[in-house]
Amino acid sequence: MDVRFSPEQQALRDSAAQAVDRLGPHTVRDLEDTERAAKLDAAVEASGWRELRAAGEGRAPLASAVEAAIIAEEMGRGLADAPFVGATLAAELRRLVGAPPATARETVGFVADLSAPAVADRGTLPAGAVAIDARHSASALVLVPVEGGHAVAEVSLDASIPAEVDLTRPAATIAAGAGMERLGPVEQPLTADDLRRWTALGLGLTSADLVGVMRGVLSVACEYAGARRQYGVAIGSFQAVQHMLADACVAMEGSRSVALHAAWAVDALAAEEALAATAMAKAYCSRAARMVCETGIQVHGGIGNTWDCMAHVYLRRALLAIDVLGGAGANLQRVLDHNGIGGADGLR
Amino acid sequence: MDFGDSPEEADFRRRLRDWLRDNNPGLPASSTSDAYWAGQAPWHQALYDAGFFGMSWPKDIGGQGLPSVYEVIVDAELARAGAPPRPSLGYLVVGIGHHASDDVKQRFLPGLVNGRDRWCQGFSEPDAGSDLASLRTRAELDGDEYVITGHKVWTSYSDAADWCLLLARTDPDVPKHRGLSAFAVPMRQPGIEQRPLKMINGVTREFGEVLFDGARVPAANMIGQPGEGWRLAMTVVSHEREPGELGYVARYSKVVSELGRQVKADPGKFGPEQVRDLGWAMIEAEMLRLHVSRRLSDRMDGISHGPEGSVDKLLMTAVEQAVGHAALSVGGTPHGDGDDMWLKVYLYSRAQSVMGGTSQIQRNLVASRILGLPAS
Repeated sequence: MDVRFSPEQQALRDSAAQAVDRLGPHTVRDLEDTERAAKLDAAVEASGWRELRAAGEGRAPLASAVEAAIIAEEMGRGLADAPFVGATLAAELRRLVGAPPATARETVGFVADLSAPAVADRGTLPAGAVAIDARHSASALVLVPVEGGHAVAEVSLDASIPAEVDLTRPAATIAAGAGMERLGPVEQPLTADDLRRWTALGLGLTSADLVGVMRGVLSVACEYAGARRQYGVAIGSFQAVQHMLADACVAMEGSRSVALHAAWAVDALAAEEALAATAMAKAYCSRAARMVCETGIQVHGGIGNTWDCMAHVYLRRALLAIDVLGGAGANLQRVLDHNGIGGADGLR
Repeated sequence: MDFGDSPEEADFRRRLRDWLRDNNPGLPASSTSDAYWAGQAPWHQALYDAGFFGMSWPKDIGGQGLPSVYEVIVDAELARAGAPPRPSLGYLVVGIGHHASDDVKQRFLPGLVNGRDRWCQGFSEPDAGSDLASLRTRAELDGDEYVITGHKVWTSYSDAADWCLLLARTDPDVPKHRGLSAFAVPMRQPGIEQRPLKMINGVTREFGEVLFDGARVPAANMIGQPGEGWRLAMTVVSHEREPGELGYVARYSKVVSELGRQVKADPGKFGPEQVRDLGWAMIEAEMLRLHVSRRLSDRMDGISHGPEGSVDKLLMTAVEQAVGHAALSVGGTPHGDGDDMWLKVYLYSRAQSVMGGTSQIQRNLVASRILGLPAS
């Protein structure tokens, strides 16, 4: 056991950190700077990070989920408004069914509450199905039940929905009456274990994204607590404020440990175990991230409740990442199921 | 980055698992029974003799000289077997190891590590808790001995101890942090009176108070230099906070798996709230295992113990208390004839946010030393 990053992994983290620090949004106004966002997107594109889970030799992914999680964490920390999680999950679907790589930007379609991928039943997608992390994507992948599992099909997307939850990652509606085109040539259907492993990747990546968001908001809040003065002193000198931030830091560090393990588990463990490990991480990180982001808002006081303060941008990003494949409650249930506790009438 | 076993680690795990099959003493939980504390010395010696204690400590004091991550394997296998956790002595070994001369180390550490000498730690006093540096126990030089007068409290295992790592004031004329020195004091002598403390869970053999009235200790038993006591105390408490040193992961995992077995055995008896409490306790306990793996891996870079020990202690406290709540919720409160074991597990969990430095002090340390917030 040695859970330190390799020198290559450290270098990957450093280059991702540099890209988001240089080109990511630092103010709410920056979010409207399309030129800056295009540069960030071009940097991510040039780096090949969105293809980490594409098929390499013998259909193995080009990189492990640990590398993908390293990118997800740094993008979360820097509130990167360039697609990553959606594109990575789409690439993983293509890899698992042995489909050729995408020729254009794409993402994945989910059910309306994002708790599961959208499955087209007899050619119809569930009401409110939506594509996540859809900036620059003209299409999304959805699942189609077939003998022995699921096939993967491509649907085209309407224009982006104006970002309401996550200001850094707009969703898109799936075009009404759009044709559904099965990916081909496909070697095999997605098995139940494939779907577990794919879900594990999604849980691992969103956990890493949440860890990044927590690091980011904590750093902004600590900076503000050191600068903002009341009663003639910095508010960060008050124990009441210090203890809130200390609790946030502790929650973030615990999350970091479980998210790291989740990223490793995606490829290293059997599918059932990988799903349980990543669900455990996602439950922990979801609960922590909401608390940490709320602390970020509270430390900023009245300003923290205004649109122009970055604190809510972190919270909003967290709210999306929490919902993708389920947050604390859904993943607690997965953990209980894995341990054979809490039957079907349990916590759903 | 690999959470899995190397071939050597897998082999070690197998050997430990085999050994535990025949050598699990089946002691009750430390948090619920004096029988655990009575059986701690033989358990320590058995683990040591079989080569499963002191994994990462130097060989010349009886350790195994292996990477720290072996401790993670020990904790996981002890939990899996339902065996007692490893004795929590790392902070004493590290405190003496970092500050004593080679000669003093060789006199004391092998017996501490192999479990033949029992040790306690005499730091806190009735009027010196969080403000440890204000302690008043005096050590006055008389020839080549020091004479000790004072009152220590929260002294773990004082009833069974042969030796006490004592913090006492040797110089009353300098600022409070500078006048302290540390000693290895023989406990079995006139001038020392030990009284058990009965804790809220009824256990009487974990903590005691110790009265020193003219007890004597050779000057050669000083650990470190005169005035080095505060620095030694800081080394000790920073390790005392660390879940990696304490091995409590095994204790938490054991409790949650026993609670899980109860729920599985009779699912209809438990409502969604109880199941939810248990689920979170499982997640918390697993979090700590993974967090310890991460911290112990970082140590392979030679990263020394810094303020992150306070983060770890707060995480460990959250786990202990979530597990305590699950014990109360699932195990229940015995208002009639029932077993009060789970009630005791719960009551014991309340001490974790106090012992080894309160959660409030840990938050102060995180705020100032990790987050860089201004002094209050």
